[in-house]
Parts: sequence; C-alpha cells; structure tokens
Amino acid sequence: MKRGTMRSNLFPLLFAFAFLFSPVLSASDLILAKVDRRIDLTSQIVRITTSLKVENTGSDVVSEILLSFPENQAKHLAYLKATLGEGKGKAKTSSGVALPVKAVQPNDVPPALTIYSVSLPNGLGKGHSLTLDVLAVFTHILQPFPEKINQGDIQLLLFQESAQYLSPYAVKAQSLTLKLPDARIESYSKLENAKLQGSELKYGPYENIPPFSYLPIVIHYENNLPFAVAKELVREIEISHWGNVQITEHYEIIHAGAQSKGEFSRLDYQTRPYLRGASAFRRLVAKLPPRAHSVYYRDEIGNISTSSLWGDSRKTELEIEPRYPMFGGWKTTFTIGYGLPLQDFLFGLDGKRFLNISFGAPIYELVIDTIFVKVVLPEGSKDISVSVPFPVKERQETKISHLDIVGRPVVVVEKNNVVPEHNEHFQVYYKFNSLSMLTEPFMLISGFFFLFVACIVYSRADISISKSSASYLAKLQWDEVQATTQLIHGIISRCLTAHDKLETSLHDLSRTGDVQACKATRKSVDSSLKDLSKELKQPLSFLQSCPQAAQILPKVEELVTKERELQEKLVLKHTTVVDGYEKKLGGREIENRIASYQQKITALRREVDDLMDLIDEI
Amino acid sequence: MAQDLKPSISSFSLPKTLKLKTKQQELLIRVATLALIYVLAFITRLFSVLRYESMIHEFDPYFNYRTTLFLTRNGFAEFWNWFDSESWYPLGRIIGGTLYPGLMLTAAAIHSLLRFLRLFVHIREVCVLTAPFFASNTTLVAYFFAKEVWDSGAGIVAAALIAICPGYISRSVAGSYDNEGVAIFALLLTFYLFVKAVNTGSLAWALGSAFGYFYMVSAWGGYVFIINLVPLYVLVLLVTGRYSLRLYVAYNCMYVLGMLLAMQIRFVGFQHVQSGEHMASMGVFFLLQVFFFLDWVRHLLSDTKLFQSFLKITVTSAVAVGAVALGVGMASGYISPWTGRFYSLLDPTYAKDHIPIIASVSEHQPTAWSSFMFDFHILLFLFPSGLYFCFKRLSDATIFLVMYGLTSMYFAGVMVRLILVATPAVCLISAIAVSATIKNLTRVVRAKSPAVQSGSTKGTSTAKSSSKGVVDNSQPFQRNGAIVLLLGAFYLLSRYAIHCTWVTSEAYSSPSIVLAARGAHGQRVIFDDYREAYFWLRQNTPPDAKVMSWWDYGYQITAMGNRTVIVDNNTWNNTHIATVGRAMSSYEDEAYEIMRSLDVDYVLVVFGGVTGYSSDDINKFLWMVRIGGGVFPVIKEPDYLVNGEYRVDKGAAPKMLNCLMYKLSYYRFGELTTEYGKPPGYDRARGVEIGNKDIKLEYLEEAFTTQNWIVRIYKVKPPKNRW
Repeated sequence: MKRGTMRSNLFPLLFAFAFLFSPVLSASDLILAKVDRRIDLTSQIVRITTSLKVENTGSDVVSEILLSFPENQAKHLAYLKATLGEGKGKAKTSSGVALPVKAVQPNDVPPALTIYSVSLPNGLGKGHSLTLDVLAVFTHILQPFPEKINQGDIQLLLFQESAQYLSPYAVKAQSLTLKLPDARIESYSKLENAKLQGSELKYGPYENIPPFSYLPIVIHYENNLPFAVAKELVREIEISHWGNVQITEHYEIIHAGAQSKGEFSRLDYQTRPYLRGASAFRRLVAKLPPRAHSVYYRDEIGNISTSSLWGDSRKTELEIEPRYPMFGGWKTTFTIGYGLPLQDFLFGLDGKRFLNISFGAPIYELVIDTIFVKVVLPEGSKDISVSVPFPVKERQETKISHLDIVGRPVVVVEKNNVVPEHNEHFQVYYKFNSLSMLTEPFMLISGFFFLFVACIVYSRADISISKSSASYLAKLQWDEVQATTQLIHGIISRCLTAHDKLETSLHDLSRTGDVQACKATRKSVDSSLKDLSKELKQPLSFLQSCPQAAQILPKVEELVTKERELQEKLVLKHTTVVDGYEKKLGGREIENRIASYQQKITALRREVDDLMDLIDEI
Repeated sequence: MAQDLKPSISSFSLPKTLKLKTKQQELLIRVATLALIYVLAFITRLFSVLRYESMIHEFDPYFNYRTTLFLTRNGFAEFWNWFDSESWYPLGRIIGGTLYPGLMLTAAAIHSLLRFLRLFVHIREVCVLTAPFFASNTTLVAYFFAKEVWDSGAGIVAAALIAICPGYISRSVAGSYDNEGVAIFALLLTFYLFVKAVNTGSLAWALGSAFGYFYMVSAWGGYVFIINLVPLYVLVLLVTGRYSLRLYVAYNCMYVLGMLLAMQIRFVGFQHVQSGEHMASMGVFFLLQVFFFLDWVRHLLSDTKLFQSFLKITVTSAVAVGAVALGVGMASGYISPWTGRFYSLLDPTYAKDHIPIIASVSEHQPTAWSSFMFDFHILLFLFPSGLYFCFKRLSDATIFLVMYGLTSMYFAGVMVRLILVATPAVCLISAIAVSATIKNLTRVVRAKSPAVQSGSTKGTSTAKSSSKGVVDNSQPFQRNGAIVLLLGAFYLLSRYAIHCTWVTSEAYSSPSIVLAARGAHGQRVIFDDYREAYFWLRQNTPPDAKVMSWWDYGYQITAMGNRTVIVDNNTWNNTHIATVGRAMSSYEDEAYEIMRSLDVDYVLVVFGGVTGYSSDDINKFLWMVRIGGGVFPVIKEPDYLVNGEYRVDKGAAPKMLNCLMYKLSYYRFGELTTEYGKPPGYDRARGVEIGNKDIKLEYLEEAFTTQNWIVRIYKVKPPKNRW
C-alpha cells in the first residue's frame, strides 16, 4: 500500500523524461571519460559531490562545460560550486578556486532540465582533458514518508535520483555512491548492479551512457537527525566604533521533517526519550566567533533559561534548547544576540573602512529559507558598498536607534535557500569620520548642561508675572524680614559668645589670679558688645517699621531686652568678682556676693536660649 | 516699598550671607537626602530584575501589558474603541469601556517621551519600570504631604519610610505593572493637594486636587475611597465646628471639577452621579451649600432666636428633601444600589455568602495579623503614637490624616490587598511620631549641653552652690536618657530598614510566572513551565484556537500565548465563569457537550503534583465547583467531598475521581514515580497517592505537557463520524 502511493507520484515524471530524451545537443565534442558521484544523505541537507573527467574530442577549444539538473532537483538547489581538480590536463590552476557558474538555457535542451554553465579560465583544447569537481547542495529534497508520524515512530525519508549521470555529454564510465546514516534502510531500487555495504549504497559502474540518460532510483531510509529549518532569519549586525559589533539574530525555526500527529505524551518522552521521541530534536548548537561576549537567548515572552555556553581561543559554542522539544511540524521563534570585538572584524583600506564578517547563521546544519542580513552602520557613514560572493538582493534603509538624529544607514542583504556552505565572509565598505563618534556624547553632555543651566536660571531669576501685585510685594518683604531676623539672631549669638568669654576669663582668674588679664578681656569684650549693640540698632528699627514683622517683633524685642539684662548682670558679676580679687577677699566671700547674680544669670540665659531657638525656627 | 528697603539691607550684607549659609546647608542636606530616598525607592524594587529578568509579573499585569502594547502600536483612538475578541469567547470584551486606562496611557506617554528624547527602549522595559518610578514619585509626594501636615523633618522621615515599606513594595516591584503602582501615587497626590487646598483656601490647589482625582479615577477603581473619604472628612469638620470658607472653596472645586473629569472615563461615566457609592459626596456637596447659606443668613440676621428657628426649619427641610430625593432615586432605579464589592468592603463576611468569585481570590481574604506585622513592622507600633501626636496638635490637616489612617486601617483589616491603601497613611503618621520624638530628644540633648558645661565649670571653681546643684542634678540624667532613647530609635529604624530589604528580596520579588526552588545541592532550579506552555500555544496551535482554562490564567494565555480564551481575570460575567467551572467539574462526556458549545479547541490545566507546586487547579477546584454550582444547581459541592473532606486519594468521592479536572490533571500520572520510595502516582503537592490511576480520555487527547508537568494542555477531539 505504501509503495503504491509512492510510485504513482513518480511515474509521470519518468514518462516525461522518456519523451524528452531525444538525441539533442550532439554538437558538442566533449565527452566525460569518468564520473564519480558521491551523495551524502546523512543530514537534511543533501550534498552531491561529482568528479568529472572531461575530454575534448573535437577540434575547437571549449571554454565552457554544461551541468544539467532535472527539474525536481533544480528547484531545491541551494549551492553550486565547481572547482578544477587534479587532472592531467594543462589547465591546472589552483584547485580550490571556484569557477564562475551561471544558469543558461540553450535552445536544444529540453525545458525540464536546468542547465548551468561552468566557464573554464583557459579553455580546453583538442585532445586535452581536465577534472572538474562539482559540489551541489540541495535542501528540502528529502521527502518524509509517511508524511505524518506518531510520537513513537521513526522518521522515514525518500530520496530520488538517477543512477546514471544526467548530462548533455556522453559518459564513458560512471559510478554512484550514496552515503546513508547508520540506521535502517526501508528499501532501495534494486537494480542489477546495486550494492549495499554497511551504510553505503553503490550503483554502477555504468559504461558508455548516451547523453541525457536517466535511470531513476528511490531510496527509503530512516533519518532522525534534526530537520531544523529557519523559515526566516533576520541577522542584524550593528557596528559601534566604540569597540563593539553587536549581532542579533531572530530565528523562526520549524521542524521540517515528518509532521507529528496524535498525542504528545510527556511521560513517554520523559522516560524513553530516544524511543518515544526519536524524531524530535531538543537542542541546537551555534558556533560563534571567538571572544563573543554578552550572549543572550530569549524570545517574545522573555529569557529562555535553557542554554549553555563554553569557548576557547578558536570559537565560542552556544548550545540552546528551545522551550519545548521540537517535534515534526512544531515551530518556535527565538532571538540570540552577542557582542564581538570590533578589531576582529573591521578593517581600514585606503581611507575606507570595511566590515568583514561571515554571512550565514552560526547554527550547525541549519537550512535557512530566507535570510536578511542587516548591517547597521554608524550614523553618518557614506559611500556604502557591499560585496557578497554569491548573488543576493540588496537594499538600503535607515534605522533610528538611541540618540540618533537622522538615523543609521542599514544595508539589507536578502537571500533565499541558504545552507552552511554560504557561511563565507562578505564585506561592507563605507566611509566614516571618526569625529562623528563624539556627536552623541556631546549631545548628552550639552543636554544635561542646558538642564542644569535652566535649573540655575529658574532658581535665580525672578519670574513672577506682576511685579507690583500685593502678594508679590508681601513675599519680598517677608523675605527681608526673615533675613533681618536671621541677622539679629546672628548678632545676639555673637553677644552670647562674648558673654562666654567673660565667664571663661572669670574662670581663668579663679585659677591663675591674674587680675590684669581679666581686666583686659573685660575691656575688649565691652567694646565688642558696644559695637554689637550698635549693629543691632539698624535691623531692629527696620523690623519695627515693617508691618509684616508684627508677629515676630515682640519676641525679637523680648530677646534683645533679655540679652541686655543678661549682659548687665554679667558685667556686674564680673566687676564684683574682680573687685573681690583685688581686695583679696576669700573665695567663699566672693561666692556669696555673686550668688544672687548667678541665679539670675542662669535663668536669663535659659530664657535667651529658648527665645533664640524660637526665632531660629521662623 | 521694596525699592527703599534694599539699600538698608545691603548695608549689612556680609553677616547676612554668613547666616544664610547654614540655611543653604540645611536645604542642601534636605534635597540630597530626598534625592537619595528617591533613588533608593527605585533601586530597592529592582530585586526581581536582578534575580530573574526584566519581565511582567503575575496575572493582571499581563493584561495591562497587552493593552499597552496595543496602545503603542495602534494609537489612542484604536485603543479607545478596541473590541477584543480574543477574550471571553464568544462574548468578547469592549476594552475601552471596561478598563481604567490611566496606567496604559502613562506607560505609553513615558515611552513616547523617551522616544522623543531619542531613547529607543522597548515598551516592555517601560512597563516593567513604571511601578518603581511612580513609587519614587510617591516618596516626594509623601514628603510634601508630611511637610504640609507637620514639618519638613517629618516629611523626610515619611519619604524614607514609604520608600521601603513592604506594604507598598508588594505592589510596586519592577515588573508589577498593575494599576495600584500608579494609583497610590495618584491617591496620595490627591490627598496632599486637597489638604493643601483646605489649608490655604486656594482655588489653584483645589484645581490641582481635582486633576489628581481625575488621574486616580483613570488609574484604579480605588478612587471610590477618595470620593467617600473626602466627604466624610468634610462632614467631620462640619460637625466639629471647623467649617471655614477655605473648606468650602476646596471641596466644591474639587468635587465639581473632579466629578466632571471623572465622568470622562468611560468605565466610570454616569456612575459618578448615579451609583450608591458616590452618593455620599453629592450629599455632602449639598450640605455644604446649606451650611454656606445658613452662614450667610446668620450674617444678615442679627437676632439669634430668629436664626435658631430658621436653622431648624432649613435643616429639617434640607434633610427631608435629601431623603426624598434619595428614596425616589433608589426606587426609580436612577440611583443604583451599592455593588457587591462595596458591600464586601464594609462587611467582611458578605462576599463569602454571596459572591464566591470575590471570595475565591486570595488577595481578597481578611488580613491576618502576621501580614500586618510583615508589611508594617515597627510602623504598627509607631502608628498609635503618631495618632497621639496628631491629636496633640490638632489642625484641619492632622484631622484628615487621622481619618485617612483610621479608615484605611479598617479596610486593610477587611482585605489583604487594601494594606496597600493604608500604607501611605501609616507611613505618614508614623513619620510624625518618629520625627516629633527625635526632635524632642535632640532638643533635650542639644539645649542642655551649654548649661551643663557652665554648671560644671562652676562646680570646679567652687564646690558649693546648693540651689543650682538641684537644677543640675536632673540634667545629666535627662540627657543620658535622651541619648539612650535616640539610640533606641535608631536601632528600631535600622531594624525596619533591614526587615524591609529582607521582605522585598525574599517575598515580594518573585514574578510567579517563573518559579524558583533550591535543588538538592543548594543550586537554583528554575521552573519555567508556564512560559513553555504559553509559547507552545502561541507557536503550535492554529491562530484562532480557543483555549479553555480556569479564569486565573486567562490574561496570561492571551498575552503570552496569543490565543482566544473563554474566561479571564476580568471576571465580569459570572455565568460564563460558572459554565467553565461546570465543565471542569462534570464527567467527560457532559463536559464535552459544554466544550463543543463553546467551540473549545484546547483545555489547559495547571498541575503541581510532580513538583509539589501547591497553587494548582486541583487545589482551586472547590472554588470551581462552588462558582459552577452557584449558577448551575446540577453541580453540588457535597458530591465532591467525603464527609466534608476534600481528598484526591482512594477515599475520594466517585464524582471527584471522574470529573474532567481530575482526569486532566492526573492523566497518565499513575504511571509516574515522582518521589523515591513512594508508589507511582504519588501527588507531591497534596502528599497522597492518587485514587484513580487508570484514566482513559475519550473526547480529549494530551497535546502538550511541560517539562515539570505544571501546565498540561489537551486537545478537544472533533466529533466522531456518525457512520
């Protein structure tokens, strides 16, 4: 039953080819002396490595070689690279260099075939031969079959190819090897010279195949490796000339293998993960450049805590686990971001700067359906140009980020069907004046500066609207009353310190008996007190004249009179004590004489202190 | 006048500047302290960001975040007219008319201001930090309020106390993006401006308070507290004979303008003049007019006797007219009666008997003593002493503070979450206590020091001074006592600071979306199951899938899972919630009928049996039964109980063992060994072995279960073919 449905898909295709295989394109004099094909089916990406030994039997120099792919393969072709291999021919340049390949559509080729032409650098002369290594990478070419599986089922895949090399040229000898994963093979087309050795399946050798031969084979095998496909990947590379390249990658991942159906049982998955969840993948590994820092892994609803990071001098490896195991058809989105040191990726070249960084995603064996690489250059960059080693779509936009005025120029490079082979370096050239780096700090500084200036102006300037309104005048006057009160307060407190001086002089006297020194102090204190009382006059008279001071005035006046009283008492006490000493009276005698003063002085002093506190609070 | 004064001042300018220096120093210290408090209030709320990440917490904030996101993306007009079909399927919800938009508008305004300043931050960061930012602003308002009521010293203390008070922090940590975050600021601002208006009689302040009230109305349903407390306060002032023109100006302006502004909020609208909760303010408004009129008449009439009789007539007729108007209004249905929520505030037992949906919420439970202690710490003792100081220096402002403190304390006792409303009052009153005490003590310490010095110098010169000696003897003792008391006060305050930091870090900084636990070796284990499930829903279900879950998770499913839900935390339609409760408590086939009728595609349950997470659906299940049974009498609570006991083990009621909730929670759980040495199917949350281990599902299938089984999602199978 299974096989039946499968064949019915396949047969129309075969018929189509049968009609098309008419002997055309015989004009060419090239023949393929030997073709070795190796097909790697171990991952979701199919890599076909073909080694062609080309011989020119004609008389003309041939400068291009055609490669053909059937339609069902061509639409999945992601990457095609042809290099010159170790051949006997004279065209033996450096073998690693890729030859230019372009799609052509010759008239005499059936439209179901897609032809690519490889241009040879030197041409192939008569009788010469060369070896051409072709690497073709295909995505989405493996068909899961059955298309829907249960949690416990394994994932089976179908792969269709031609056992004979499909080529516009005649092939003398050809062999095909398919490398399969170490797992069960459900079935394969059992042609007469098919051979299965371990996980390698061999077809051929076939000899003397005419052009456009097609011998379909189908392989149905088990593969549980991750089928992680990024539907869309937006890779933002932001350059900061302060020393950082910030990379942010937004992934939309889907498990593109066989769809899962039926129940998902956590219990089964938890107890026997490799049996009851074989087709699911739970982690992805990204290989980041060395010295990547500030790595984060999150999605729209927050940080994802299941990831680990380790690194050495050559690379940094980030292992990320999606929030849930990915079964067939399940989707997830996430963002990873990291910073890279600028000097590893940005270089200068005759007045221009260029960024040299890898193109594709850092995740292993990931197929990307559409990639957008956005390079965000610093604000003020000019003369921008991009050089990518393969054809891409390009456009420019601007991005406004922190503290930008006109926005940063962004180069957007778009490409479909990207495989790890596309992880080549590409370059973005631009001109940038280093002085523009200082604009943003300068803006910040000036912003704060003006803020503070505004604050100063606001607090210093008088911004009331009507300068003659009653409340405004009252406020002014009140300020002055306050200032005057403060002034009086200050004067009185200086009087009080003068009093203290007198007291200490008395104290010294009792210790040393030096009457002269005591008298001298007395004199100086007297004069200073006189000055102070003079000083007091003006503010007092102002307060008396001012109507707003009516409330405070009694207190202030009380303070002044109390202070004066205190002063008198102190002076009296001082004279008494000094007199006593001069008359050489006994300590007790003096004590008795001043006792009455002393009591009053203490009481007055307390009252004055209280009043001072009161006025201080106004 | 000012001109001729100037020269006289300038002539002694030198000492003036010297004296002003200390004033400036005082100002500098005050501003610096306030700035530090401002910063402290912000950073103490960042524990959750440091411990976890910058994320939205709990349940309601997810709705607020979702609406804010909508507002920033689609603009105000779209937001105001938003009909949300993703919630309350198939009814939908008119978002613009059923929410308080203040919070979202504030966050969106901050966001656009930052964008204008060229700071392109994500709206999520703005939302996460909105509550701490407003908490910082609240400290400033608290400073000005206490300064108005008492003095600037009390202001500083109040700002410091409220900055770290756990009662407030519980609702304003970073990520707690809820209405309360801005509402407490608005509440305190309104009160402050109103008190200022009463103190000054200035129209400008009254206008300010009306706008503060408008902001409060736009932000939180708790505005009802303001519109009832302020009239009550006015009434108290009238009764105590403190009526003044200042009060008249302040209240009339605040009430009339505030009312007009509040009616602009669609969710409030005409309720403000029609519903019973707002009637007190209107009554007091008319009463004030009568008072003013009487005052005027008394002014005109010199004869007191005549006035007395006039007073009698006016008062009786005014009361009669008021009563008749109220009666007619109530009878005709023009004035709506008090809502259940309002009743449940006044009478703590009301909700339990009548509205199970309110009673089922944990934050609506009456407050335990321990949580008062937990949230207020020393403030609980300082509060009464602060009241004493307020009564000692009674003024219009302190009367307000006392009333605010006492009423809010009552409400805090009724509902746990209203501790939040009481917090500012408690902080202010306690600040008065602290400030007044410390001020008195320092005065004792400072004022006596010179006297003591002079006394001691005298003492050395001459041993004998009997009369003075008596005075001196008590002074050192008093001073030492004051120092000891001061040290005690500082010790208490430092204990408070330590307690607050500890509570914030341990109790109030967990987002409750991500659960953290300590592993066997002391390492931190993160359970991120909620987000795992919501993200799975978001990615792997059809965009129009309807998810049925208990209402607690509704907001989170719509915000994080981006899927339609049947019921959510808005709880506006009790019948709908009861339907879900009924489905959960029915047998599978009956539930299937209900789910088919509601187009349910997925059912989500929260289950803590594997991890021992106790706030799961099985523990909430009795509320589902109660709420379901309240509308559909088929569901009877006793069917799920055995001798009045709720159990899930072998002795459980048969209906319990076979209802949908039980089946969905324990599906295939019987095969799992959760704890070493226990039989399979051992439920760690309830500590029993489950009673029904062989659960077969006929109409549903397991679609997803998270890593720790906390969230389980089931898919409702399509109906079977009839042939």
